[in-house]
This record gives sequence, structure tokens and C-alpha cells, in this order.
Amino acid sequence: MSELILPKDIAQRPSGLVAMLQHARYVLRDNVVTGFAFALFVLILLAALIGPYVVPLDPLASDTAAALKPPSASHWFGTDQLGRDVFSRVIVATRLDLFIAVASVALVFLMGGLAGVAAGYFGGWTDRIVGRIADTIMAFPLFVLAMGIVAALGNTVQNIIIATAIVNFPLYARVARAEANVRREAGFVLAARLSGNGDMRILLGHILPNIMPIMVVQMSLTMGYAILNAAGLSFIGLGVRPPTAEWGIMVADGAAFMVSGEWWIAFFPGAALMVAVFCFNLLGDGLRDIVDPQRRT
Amino acid sequence: MLGMLFKRLLFVIPSLIGVVIVTFLLTRALPGDPAAYFAGPAATKEAVEQIRVKLGLDKPLIVQFGRYVEDLMRGDLGTSLTTGQAVTTEIRNRLPASAELTLLGLLVSMAIAVPLGVLAATRPGSLIDHACRVISTAGVSLPVFFTGLIMVYVFYYLLGWAPAPLGRLDVFFSPPPTVTGFYLIDSLIAGNGELFLASLKQLILPALTLGIFSLAPIARMTRASMLAVLASDFVRTARASGLSPFSVIVTYAFRNALLPVVTTLGMVFSFLLGANVLVEKVFAWPGIGSFAIEALIASDFAPLQGFVLTMAILYVALNLMIDILYGVIDPRVRVAA
Repeated sequence: MSELILPKDIAQRPSGLVAMLQHARYVLRDNVVTGFAFALFVLILLAALIGPYVVPLDPLASDTAAALKPPSASHWFGTDQLGRDVFSRVIVATRLDLFIAVASVALVFLMGGLAGVAAGYFGGWTDRIVGRIADTIMAFPLFVLAMGIVAALGNTVQNIIIATAIVNFPLYARVARAEANVRREAGFVLAARLSGNGDMRILLGHILPNIMPIMVVQMSLTMGYAILNAAGLSFIGLGVRPPTAEWGIMVADGAAFMVSGEWWIAFFPGAALMVAVFCFNLLGDGLRDIVDPQRRT
Repeated sequence: MLGMLFKRLLFVIPSLIGVVIVTFLLTRALPGDPAAYFAGPAATKEAVEQIRVKLGLDKPLIVQFGRYVEDLMRGDLGTSLTTGQAVTTEIRNRLPASAELTLLGLLVSMAIAVPLGVLAATRPGSLIDHACRVISTAGVSLPVFFTGLIMVYVFYYLLGWAPAPLGRLDVFFSPPPTVTGFYLIDSLIAGNGELFLASLKQLILPALTLGIFSLAPIARMTRASMLAVLASDFVRTARASGLSPFSVIVTYAFRNALLPVVTTLGMVFSFLLGANVLVEKVFAWPGIGSFAIEALIASDFAPLQGFVLTMAILYVALNLMIDILYGVIDPRVRVAA
């Protein structure tokens, strides 16, 4: 293919990755907010990656003499009822919260994405079964179903990830189904079939890569919801167990002190949660604008 | 109209069957021993065996499912280990508290979101349009328990306007005689103005918290559908005929813009019912959400299962009502069905 000789003006036009980056830069110039969200995302990623090595104090070390101290120079976010440094705990918790969200989104991408693509491509019974499963999940208020799943499967972080993935399943399955369905008879699929490719090969090698951009947008849009869902579950005492640092459980810890005025214990982890979710929502919107400009609102 | 109602009811049946199967699977086909789950953590080996026979867990799965459905038909959801009461009774007693809170929360968010969306759509690019966008993005990003706690801190601790976040009524009051189970309505029926105010005071913060959480989808949808309707031909005709802007917006555009908003209510209810659990925990609200959390902490499985089932059935029923409401608002839907 590389021997193809192109007319000069076409050859000079950037293609592939370069074009994508240029387009992204063009959209970002219009959209300062997305740029801001991206910077925030880098910061969150940094906290998750190197946070545990750079925090000033041990997030688990209690110091009863310094308990319930308001924010100060030595404890930026104050200390909790056991004298643990809230700032260190908030930073260290980033990794676990982000891990739960990423793992559940990856899992639901695998489950929902594959099921949806198969449903859209094969139609018939596959479509009916996947649709029925999605409808059944949608018949529950999602958070309530997640509660039931974690309670039944057992109270672990792993099951929080599974539950969050399951409640997001219909969303992914539907998007993937719709996208695969419109490509079922597309020229490139027909050509692939004509050259003797099997269904599986067409599905995984031709259709799936083509709907990837839309699925990635879907992933970043649901990331915020995944974080909220997981934090909500740990807020009511599911999944993460104390003394592990995690935003939801830290807010739950600080809740009792809100009425007596020690606001910082619950406020900072809650604010971190809010910032993370806000960042992912903005990023999702921004990504959608780049991938799918027609749906821009 | 009756035909449509019948058709909609038929649509509900597969959902209900799915819900029952899932709640059954949640209890039986799981790793671990369901008998041990139901017996609670403190049970002896004999007690677990006893429960196994009592629940029919020694029988094949399909027989168990038959028994489970049979029990459901009789309204039997098992017994709570911690209170010793039938789960159905507990849920029935606590449901009004949750329902009152959720409905008021919905009312609050509608009261803010719908006018906000309409104003934003009639003045695109204006300050109120930007405010609408910021509020709806911030609304979905705020963890509902966090908003609740901030409210408690500001309005109870700092300002002292709100009462302590401890349930439906201050300890000095006794609840009104039960008619509907809604304290606001019951206290009015009893003609007790003081009691009405007291229960309203307790309700405001949790309802506002729920309202802020569910505001975003409603405001967004109102704005979007209002924008679409305002750009349509019949609105242009109405304007050209010299109708006042108010009459064009309210009687022509708004009525038509309401349809997609009603459709989003389904999603809003999914949000609300889930968030309800978290808000009930923050405000020590004695509804079915805190019932479920108490059961979770005690590893008491029957109430939790009853809670999940009740919520799912409620949600299916609410979606049915939204469908019917849709038909009432839009005659075209009736004809199509």
C-alpha cells in the first residue's frame, strides 16, 4: 500500500493521527473547559500514580493527641477523629477510587460492548436475549440493584466493581448494538465478508474497531457515574472497609462530626469526589464533541 | 384509552417477571450458603439447617422458585432477624416516610428545573442559560450524600435555621394520627398547624438535597425540548398571528415541550429512588432506605431482598404511570396505541 502515489496536494494534507490531533486542538481552542478538565484529569492521574509516595504523613497512622484538629499548616486538611492526616488520606484514596471506576468501566465495556455488538450484528435471538437482559436490569433503580448485588455476592471491593459494571450494562449494550446495527450492511463489512472472513473475524476485526471512538466516549461519560456509584456504596458501608482510605467511607466517617462543626473530615474527601466526577463529566462531553460533533449540545 | 391502558399493563408483565427472577437469583444461585445468609452471622449449625429446610433450600432450584413466587403472592417476604417482625409489615410502615420525601424532592426539583429550563431556552446565550448549564452539570457531579452533609453543616450548625437531622419529627412532637402516612397531609387533616410546620422543617433539607440531585436531567431536557419547539413552524405561525409572547410560550410551546420532559421522569425516578437511600442515611430518615442499610450492617438478608424487590416493583409501577401520563398529555400516542 505504501507505494501508492498520491497527487501532491492530497499527500501534503495531514492524515491519521496528525489530523486527529489537529482536529482535537481545533476543538479545544473553542472549548477552554475541556482543556481545563484535561489538566484536572492529569492531576488526578498523578495523585493516583505517585500519591502514596509523596504524601507528607502515613494515611493510616493515628495520633490521638492531634485528633479533630482543623486545617492548619501542618495538617492542610485537618485531622480526623483518630488524628489521621486528612490530606494524606484524600490523596492516597485517589488510587483506590480511580481503580474501582476504571476496572468497572473496563469490565462493562467488555461485557456490554461485546454483547451489544453481537446483538446488533446477528440480530434475531442474540438481539432478543441481550435486549431482555438489558431491560431487566433497567427495571431496577440502578443504585438499589447495585446494593442488592454487593450484599448478595459478598462485601468486597471486587464485588463493588462487578455491581457497578452490571448496572451500567444496558447503556453500553444499547450504544454498541445501535452502532453495530447500522454497520452490518456497510460496504467495508460486505467486502470483508466477500473476501471470506468469518462472522467472528468481521465482528472483532472490522466492526468493533470502527465503533471504538463512540465506545470510548461512552466510557468517559460513565466514568463519573461509576465513581459516584462506588462511593455511594462504600458510604453506606459496602465494599471498602476501614481503615482503608477511600473517599466514600471517609465522608461517612466525617458525617457524624458535621453536626458538631468539624466539617473538614467529610468535606475534603467529598470535594475530591466531586472534583473527580466533574472532571470526568466535562471530559466526556469534550471527547464527544471531538468524536461526534453532531451531538454537541 | 382503555385499550391503551390494557396494552401498557401487558408491557409491564415481562418487567415484573424479570424483577422477580433477578431477586430470586440474588438470594439463591450465589456463591456461599443462602441458608447461612438468612440465618444471620450468629446462627449455630443447627439453626442454619433448620432454616435450610424451612426455606426449602434442600429442594431443586425450580421448586424453590415456585415456593418463592408462592410466598410473594401471599405478600410474605420473610422475617427480619434483628426486629423479629415480618419484612412486609416493616416495609409497609416505613414506605410512607420514603414516599413523602421522594415526592417532595421531585416537586422541588421540578419547581426549580422546569422554569429554569424554559427561561434558558427562551434566552439562549444569556446569563440564565449559562447558569442553567452550570447548575445542571454541577448537579450530577455532586455526590448526593455530600450535598446533604453540606446542607446540614450550613443550615443546622452554622445558621441554626434547620432542626437537627434526626428523622421525621422533633422528639417533642408526636406523629399525627395515620391517614395517608404522610406527616404533612396527616397533620393538616388533624388540623394541627404547629405539627405541619414541624414536619415541614424536618423535610425541607432532605427534600432539597434530593431535588438538587435530580434537577440536572429535568433542566437539561426542558431546555433542549423547549428550544426545539420554539424553532418549529406552529410557534412561528402563532407569533406571526400576533399572539403575546407569554401566550405563545406557555400555551403553545410549553405544552408541547413537556412531552420529552415527562419521558425523562423515568430516569429521574431511578436516580431519586437510589439517592433516597443515601439521603435517608444522612438525615436519619426512618424510611425503607435506612431499613435496608440497618439490615446490611446486621447482615440480615431477608429485609434487604424485600427492599430491593419493593423498590423495583415501585419503579416499574412509576414507569407505567409515566407511560399513561404521556398518553393523557399527547393524544397522538393514544391513537398510535
